Amino acid sequence: MLRTQLLPDFSIERDDSRCIRCQVCVRQCGFDVHRYDEDRDIILSDESKCAGCQRCAVLCPTSALTISPNRSSYAANSNWTRERISDLKRQAESGGVLLTGCGNDKGYPVYWDHLVLNASQVTNPSIDPLREPMELRTYLGRKPRKVEIANAEECQRDPLIKIETPLVFSALSYGAISAQAQESLARAAKQCGTLFNSGEGGLPRRLRKFKDNVIVQCASGRFGVEPEYLSNSAMIEIKIGQGAKPGIGGHLPGEKVSKKISSTRKIPLGTDALSPAPQHDIYSIEDLRTLIFALKEATNYEKPISVKIAAVHNAPAIASGIVRAGADVVAIDGLRGGTGAAPKAIRDNVGIPIEMALASVDKRLRDERIRNECSIMAAGGFRCSADVVKAIALGADAVYLGTAALVAMGCTLCQKCYTGICNWGICTTDPYLSKRVNPDVASQRLISLLQAWSLEIKEMLGGMGINAVESLRGNRDQLRAVRLSDWELDVLGVRGAGR
Amino acid sequence: MMSLCTASKDLTSIDSGVSFVEIDASGLEFRDLNNRIASAARSGARHIRLTRVYGQRYIGTRLNGLPPVTIEIEGVPGNDLGSFMDGHILIVHGNAQDGVGNTMYEGEIIVEGRCGDIPGMSAMGGSIFVRDDVGYRAALHMKQHGRKFPNLTVGGTAQDFLGEYMAGGRVTVLGLGYERHRMSFIGTGMHGGIIYIRGRIEEEQLGEGAQIKELKRSDLHFLSTQVERYRRLFGTCDEIGPKEFTKIGPTGTRPYSRLYS
Repeated sequence: MLRTQLLPDFSIERDDSRCIRCQVCVRQCGFDVHRYDEDRDIILSDESKCAGCQRCAVLCPTSALTISPNRSSYAANSNWTRERISDLKRQAESGGVLLTGCGNDKGYPVYWDHLVLNASQVTNPSIDPLREPMELRTYLGRKPRKVEIANAEECQRDPLIKIETPLVFSALSYGAISAQAQESLARAAKQCGTLFNSGEGGLPRRLRKFKDNVIVQCASGRFGVEPEYLSNSAMIEIKIGQGAKPGIGGHLPGEKVSKKISSTRKIPLGTDALSPAPQHDIYSIEDLRTLIFALKEATNYEKPISVKIAAVHNAPAIASGIVRAGADVVAIDGLRGGTGAAPKAIRDNVGIPIEMALASVDKRLRDERIRNECSIMAAGGFRCSADVVKAIALGADAVYLGTAALVAMGCTLCQKCYTGICNWGICTTDPYLSKRVNPDVASQRLISLLQAWSLEIKEMLGGMGINAVESLRGNRDQLRAVRLSDWELDVLGVRGAGR
Repeated sequence: MMSLCTASKDLTSIDSGVSFVEIDASGLEFRDLNNRIASAARSGARHIRLTRVYGQRYIGTRLNGLPPVTIEIEGVPGNDLGSFMDGHILIVHGNAQDGVGNTMYEGEIIVEGRCGDIPGMSAMGGSIFVRDDVGYRAALHMKQHGRKFPNLTVGGTAQDFLGEYMAGGRVTVLGLGYERHRMSFIGTGMHGGIIYIRGRIEEEQLGEGAQIKELKRSDLHFLSTQVERYRRLFGTCDEIGPKEFTKIGPTGTRPYSRLYS
């Protein structure tokens, strides 16, 4: 009987004149694609298992390997594409929900690519950030409506978190990513004076020393939400939703719940770690307020509380409720946000682009005159520093970087995170694979990324004649749109180019 | 809301080194009341009595990091009593509302009355004793790790979805005053922990993921200590034999292992 009707996704070409039989490819592939046949002294490759992660191609010392999309194709058909046919066959063979990783890869419009930035010419001279001070420092939290002078003892200010660049690492939980990858994020955040987010998997004891640089999450699974976890943090985030999978929960499969992960999450060894779809103590904005203040009470009102939602149709009204419920930060994760595992049907079809959600939330909070009462963090597929600058101009205080940080560490977006096998050692808890991430090296790569983007942001700000990032926040006058329709311009609050 | 100067009046008794403090909660917002409880505890109070409590939330939550305190509550405490609590004792001389012991880490909560919904939700440790009934989704997603497990004991009965998503911990329902339990969807999605219910439970009352299991010697020992503790806390109690209980546990630790392709 035919084992599978699926075509392999990738082709593997091995230049035999270059291959020296060193077997690096054999050892590097966690999917067991390559196999050395001693009798014939050749390396055989099973293309059906290849994820296209390029690990073997990059590490091959003689560049003998080329991994490329498999050229076989079905009869051309615009409706029944190869992806649709492959998915159908896979489900016909398994009967299960299709899982995937990373962010939405469908061709939804990326509005960043339809927005262009302003620069000063002649009037209002531009600023050279290499010669003149340029401020990227950002304070996250609730700000007072007006400035009042009080003596220090009477002064009751809501807690604010200072970050030196508006770039923060997204929630990536221990269990979804390796301990080494999480430590790399922590070290880079500390070095750059910014924050990383623990995700909902608790925080290993080893990382408690990064308490001034960590946002800890309290999500529906409530994993590892012990008193020390809450107190050793800069900020606490209530996770309601995630851009890659709005409205659904998730679970870390039992085989990934190792001894260390079970003790960090405070659950028994080897059981599925379930995150229910809703938080069962939150069925309303009033319930959300209850949890926000429970966390404030538990930490003596010393930490800002963030509430993270997926960008959905009525995000502005929800965000208004979140602020009125007492949150200090509203985090919004858009349609293209990444994940370690999500049903493909959800990832590719649920939610709205972050650009639309961000612009409409910022406008709503301004209209209601409560924009000062929270910071807005935008998340969901930020690819470069220009995306960040445009997001700040649309109203974001800071931006969450998930996928970009993973790519900096080695990720190639093969979307196989849900398998627990990651040849780059990031999205796995396998000890053999995860030691491929060396925190000394990976943290330096992350630091370099943040440095490069920060410098580019300064250059763009300087070009506009702006010397502090806070002067750009919500400053839509610095944006113009190309190739957008009237309703899109209206939602974004941006004029067309030339107007 | 009361003015600041009344705070010192409540605390006068601890100046003389007595570790007992009484606080009149009447008219105080929860934040003010919890401020006073925390400052009393920081000043050395180990036994605090709250009188005229009227719906103030999060009692016991603000005391993390302080030595163990016992708080007696007269009146009705508000939601999230003892949420995120770490190692204190709360005694309610009356009823409590929703979220008792929500995400509790350690400590003990004793309710001489009934509780609302989700008592013991996501608790990692500590114990909750409720004299009468509890509401919906009690013990939702309780956890356990190593030898540390949370424990919820209910004198009366519970509503639907008792022990939903349970990953660990123990729930004991004594059914005092009830011929039978009407709840359904018991243990839906549970993948750890144990639920003991005194009296007959039909298969139809169980949720997906839960099954009736055989009582073992270790169960009987645990149950007799729970019954004894209940009797000591709340006085009279019917004659209860540990064998009258139905034991409910998870069908497996991997409820969703075959859901995906």
